[in-house]
Amino acid sequence: MLSPEEWSVIELSLRVALIAMLWTLPVAVGLAWLLARRDFFGKSLLDALVHLPLVLPPVVLGYGLLVLLGRKGPIGAWLNDWFGITLAFTWQGAAIAAGVAGLPLAVRAIRLSLDAVDRRLEQAARSLGAGKLRVFATITLPLALPGVLAGAILSFARGLGEFGATITFVADIPGETRTLSLAVHTLLQVPGGEAAAIRLSMISIVLAFLALMGSEYLNRRLAKRLGTRP
Amino acid sequence: MNAAMNAIVVDVALRLDEFVLQADLRLPGNGVTVLFGSSGAGKTSLINCIAGLVTPQRGRIAIGERVLFDAQAGIDLPPERRHVGYVFQDGRLFPHLTVASNLRYGVKHGSGAVAFDEVVELLGIGALLKRRPLTLSGGEKQRVAIGRALLSSPQLLLMDEPLASLDAARRAEILPYLERLRDHFALPIVYVTHDRAEAQRLAAHVVLIRTGQVVQQGAPAEVLPAVLLADQG
Repeated sequence: MLSPEEWSVIELSLRVALIAMLWTLPVAVGLAWLLARRDFFGKSLLDALVHLPLVLPPVVLGYGLLVLLGRKGPIGAWLNDWFGITLAFTWQGAAIAAGVAGLPLAVRAIRLSLDAVDRRLEQAARSLGAGKLRVFATITLPLALPGVLAGAILSFARGLGEFGATITFVADIPGETRTLSLAVHTLLQVPGGEAAAIRLSMISIVLAFLALMGSEYLNRRLAKRLGTRP
Repeated sequence: MNAAMNAIVVDVALRLDEFVLQADLRLPGNGVTVLFGSSGAGKTSLINCIAGLVTPQRGRIAIGERVLFDAQAGIDLPPERRHVGYVFQDGRLFPHLTVASNLRYGVKHGSGAVAFDEVVELLGIGALLKRRPLTLSGGEKQRVAIGRALLSSPQLLLMDEPLASLDAARRAEILPYLERLRDHFALPIVYVTHDRAEAQRLAAHVVLIRTGQVVQQGAPAEVLPAVLLADQG
């Protein structure tokens, strides 16, 4: 039913979105914790910086990534010289772009759930002899897990749909950076590509549905395990 | 154990919204000391200072030789290093853990540790171990909370109106457990309440607090008659 090229597009899209989600999640948890629980100089600046990808045109975001992480960019050159890592025009770069685009969504979801964790439970844990790190790992994080899950799903979904930053940073290279959105866009540019574009569009709708249903299922199981629902 | 040697020194000043809480107390190192006074008198703030949940502006807190807080010397042990157990008014059981995991949360391995089975039996919570806090009654929750604090092997146990959120029947259910606890473990307890009957039943020493000031302290028979209606609100 689907051609090998189409399968590779799907596989690549899932890989990029998954890697994007995996690297942003710990970063988002750290940032959300800082923003929810700490007061420090420059906090509002950090807050604005975290939210920037949400309000910036994705193309500008991608251009920014190219300037910083491109072969000649300050970070990109360093990565290349020291580790031989190239991000521009690679699928790993696509995962970076997708992750950065989804980061604010993940941070917002996790921050909300951290805010909702009852601080008095943390105090109780401290009075039982648990240090700050143990309290975070055994009380705060498990209780905030629904928000972390929501953040993960949002980041994954955003990664799956990412277009502007991706095409600017890593271009549209078949088999390397041509994800679902890029493939649909390309197909619409060529005469007679419409049927294939519709097929891929249907697939992205199915993928989006599956992600949402999966998250709903996990959320219900979590609520049970967390004792917030019997 | 020599009670005088383990006397609990609480000499603090803490600015609150309406007034300054001031206390200079030497509490007995065994038995139940009741902090008595109306809600808002500063009782909870005082034990929060002892637990390290609130930092006083000045003063010194020590259990025997062990200094928990000394503003001048710059000592302020974090709550987890104070070895002070705390039973909160609202239980504060961890909702995502079973009763057994709640009880074990603060268990330290080593000498002098309180035995798990002993506590479970004393509080009659053996049948609850596999349950989740959400499914427990108010009285059961409070018994588990008491057990959890005990099992962290504290040197001092703080209890903040542990019966206040319960109805009369539940209170009657828990009080005998508190008496058993008092008589069974050689553990000093500082117990906050505004209920005269509870104080009468549990206290060896009563401290009467009004708007942040210690008004009177001594044996229940001396202090409780001085209690006004306003102190019981």
